[in-house]
Amino acid sequence: MRYLPHTDESRKDMLRAIGAQHIDELYTHVPKETLMSEPLSSLPSHMGEMQVESHIKALAEKNTPTSKMPSFLGGGCYHHHIPASVDHLIQRGEFLTTYTPYQPEVSQGTLTYVYEFQNYIARLTGMDIANASMYDGATAVTEAALMAKRLTKRSNVIIYPCVHPDYIDVLKSYSTHSNGTVELGTEPDENTACVIIQSPNYYGLVFDLKELRKKCDAVGAKLVVAVNEIISLGMLPAPEMADIVAGEAQSIGVPMSFGGPHLGFFACKKEYMRQMPGRLCGKTVDADGKEGFVLTLSTREQHIRRDKATSNICTNQGLCALAFTIHLGLLGETGLKTLAQLNHTQACKLADTLESIKGVTLKTETFFNEVTASFPISTELLSTELSKHNIIGGIPVGKTKHSMVLCATELTSDEDISKLKNAIEHILKEQESNGGLSHAV
Amino acid sequence: MPFETELLIHQSVKGRCGVDLPTPEVRNRTGQNLREGIGLPEVSEPQVMRHYTRLSHQNYSIDENFYPLGSCTMKHNPRLNEKLARLEGFAHLHPLQSEEHSQGALEVIYQLTDWLKKLSGMPGLTLDPAAGAHGELTGMMMVRKAHEAKGNPRKIVLVPDSAHGTNPATAATCKYTIVTIKTGDDGMVDMDAFNAAIEKHGEDIAAFMLTNPSTCGLFEPNVKVIADTLHSIGAYFYCDGANFNAIVGKVLPGDLGIDVMQINLHKTFSTPHGGGGPGSGPVMVSEALIPYLPIPYVEKKEDGTFALIQENETSIGRIKGFHGQFGMMIRALAYMMSHGADGLQKVAEDAVLNANYILHNLKDDFHVPYPGPCMHECLLTHKKQKEHGVTTMDIAKALLDAGYHPMTVYFPLVVDGAMLIEPTETESRETMDGFIAAMKTIAKRAQDGDATAFHAQPQNTFRKRLDETQAARKPVLVEDK
Repeated sequence: MRYLPHTDESRKDMLRAIGAQHIDELYTHVPKETLMSEPLSSLPSHMGEMQVESHIKALAEKNTPTSKMPSFLGGGCYHHHIPASVDHLIQRGEFLTTYTPYQPEVSQGTLTYVYEFQNYIARLTGMDIANASMYDGATAVTEAALMAKRLTKRSNVIIYPCVHPDYIDVLKSYSTHSNGTVELGTEPDENTACVIIQSPNYYGLVFDLKELRKKCDAVGAKLVVAVNEIISLGMLPAPEMADIVAGEAQSIGVPMSFGGPHLGFFACKKEYMRQMPGRLCGKTVDADGKEGFVLTLSTREQHIRRDKATSNICTNQGLCALAFTIHLGLLGETGLKTLAQLNHTQACKLADTLESIKGVTLKTETFFNEVTASFPISTELLSTELSKHNIIGGIPVGKTKHSMVLCATELTSDEDISKLKNAIEHILKEQESNGGLSHAV
Repeated sequence: MPFETELLIHQSVKGRCGVDLPTPEVRNRTGQNLREGIGLPEVSEPQVMRHYTRLSHQNYSIDENFYPLGSCTMKHNPRLNEKLARLEGFAHLHPLQSEEHSQGALEVIYQLTDWLKKLSGMPGLTLDPAAGAHGELTGMMMVRKAHEAKGNPRKIVLVPDSAHGTNPATAATCKYTIVTIKTGDDGMVDMDAFNAAIEKHGEDIAAFMLTNPSTCGLFEPNVKVIADTLHSIGAYFYCDGANFNAIVGKVLPGDLGIDVMQINLHKTFSTPHGGGGPGSGPVMVSEALIPYLPIPYVEKKEDGTFALIQENETSIGRIKGFHGQFGMMIRALAYMMSHGADGLQKVAEDAVLNANYILHNLKDDFHVPYPGPCMHECLLTHKKQKEHGVTTMDIAKALLDAGYHPMTVYFPLVVDGAMLIEPTETESRETMDGFIAAMKTIAKRAQDGDATAFHAQPQNTFRKRLDETQAARKPVLVEDK
């Protein structure tokens, strides 16, 4: 067994050294009838590296990743390029195989990048402060709602239906057991803890926050802005009107990996610091007066406050936060702006193209890298047909199932877009000749 | 000593850039004015490489040396698992792709589910939770929903005083009141206190959250009695499986009467801790709780293909975006296959053997609050050293100077000055002998009245003791812009 250093001989020696005859003597407190001396027969025996590799490679090959054909999927998870240095650096054992930095004298590497991460998130979102990361966008937005409830001592939450549907669902699941309601897009009143909006929203639309800010102020509700395409903040103004900005930062440095691990982030105004969920890294000095970093304000957290903690969260997404921090360091101010423009320009070309197809209507007037269009056929059918043209279509949405959210990134080529145009025109023509076109749209 | 390196923000020189992107045609259909200065650094690729390589040298890691953090299971992280998680077919797979395009990924989820069901002896499972505490929350949400389905969510959750902080925090998040059960003189659940709580609160009790093996490093001998008692009042038995490494392949939690248990793939199944995540916290459940499992989950269809189930009326609903920490599932599956049933049993046995070896060798030098044998971690305290003015904190910092990452300190809270040592199965006898020698030297120094020197430690680390009080009193979480 390649991961185990003991030989049968050394096991015997060690047992002898501690005065035991058999390993099961160390399991004396386990009810006898439940202790297994033989390995489970329902599972296979150990395998060498070659066998494991070939088994799992075969599974990977059963998938058709977005790298194999043009893809227009977005919706809170995006296919972006990741520079080689990012993956190289995060695989350094000193980052990969270290624990949460509870011993700061030997964890300055981790703590420094967490501090950098907090800085970048705060600057991108236009907020004062940020935490060390959350599980993902959905749980980050949910934690934002919970914090707003603590801050306002109010119980109701309003979330706009154009927020990512998974975020709405997670918020609802978490809220089942708490006081108060979760309502979709209603008007805030004096019982409203917060209003949650997403911009660009799930359909790609860029939203102006001014009116909503006024409505929140009128009743004293907090404004939570969700962002699930963080590259948009390289182009759009920072949502600094918000009280809390939370969401997903997977787009910078983290692969899609079928939905996880991704990178939730959480930023807010400074005065809410002591009500924040999750880990926080702060700057301080050591005994020699040298600058250093520590995890701080842990009196908010479960390991100190137990049932009075601000959240039950313990783990963050450390290594994903490192990937983000390295990638954003490489991009920097100009690189991020260029990358954002590249995304937007490709999305503009996609929008132009969709608008040029007869029967297709663009629904999103203002957008970043995703647009919604309506089609004269069901978009579930459209997806299936596009797949036959070796194209991964967008996300079918809407009650009538005639709309689709399509995404373009810097990895979407002009050729991909023209292939999409040809395919859609071909499919619509075919459907028309079959009499399958809907006139309802 | 590692090199110093400044924050990248302070290394910035206008005009530098670490990427070469194509020059885009300028378009703007955002309806907004373009963003002005963000305040991000401007640095070249070699600067980034050097900065993070230098930072990495400021860390301690399991790759470099022994990392005996109790209840954290810092074991070897095989690189095969990293390689496999990065295969193109996984890394570039979008979570909303069709079932047809993602059969391999769904099969990974299905196979891992099968392994975990067999290793737990429990019939239901979700892989959605993002980490251990998230798994606890998912589990307790199911408990609450199951009680609600019977007409009464109940009010109270029993939690031992030795529990990890996430247990009471989780129960509180699910709107339960915590009743603390004290630990007996033997480190086990005080059965008189437990029975008294059952007597007093009866059917107000929704569940008991017990960590087994416990945070004192012990297997709870009354586990089946506890399960029967809970079931007799219609309460559920929640087991925190953070310490599953001691019993994997040796005991099936399902045989112990457990109704719901989270395990941590980043502990027992060796997905890297990564400096604080990502984790993954699957939850196993008994038959009674299966209807409440979160969505989505994977099912095998009659034709042998795999389906992602997104709707289920009785479910607690969705608890995370998309389908969980999929990348960690690939790593865990590769790890399990590498070990096999035989290897996993050896994992538990060797982990327990190693902890007992350390306990045996240090029991004369340090106070042992509870008699052994222990499970995969052993608990010591600073009682003997404190008489000489040397505390657990001092011992931890002295270990740093000796080249070792300290054990878990001041946890569990049930003993004064706790030191919880978990060697894991991937350490050799020689490595442990080195650690034991270092601990014996520290014990001797304490006995010799070396307290002042202890307080000045560590001296050999990249930074000396950091001022945590100042950090908390005047928090600086970001640089001035």
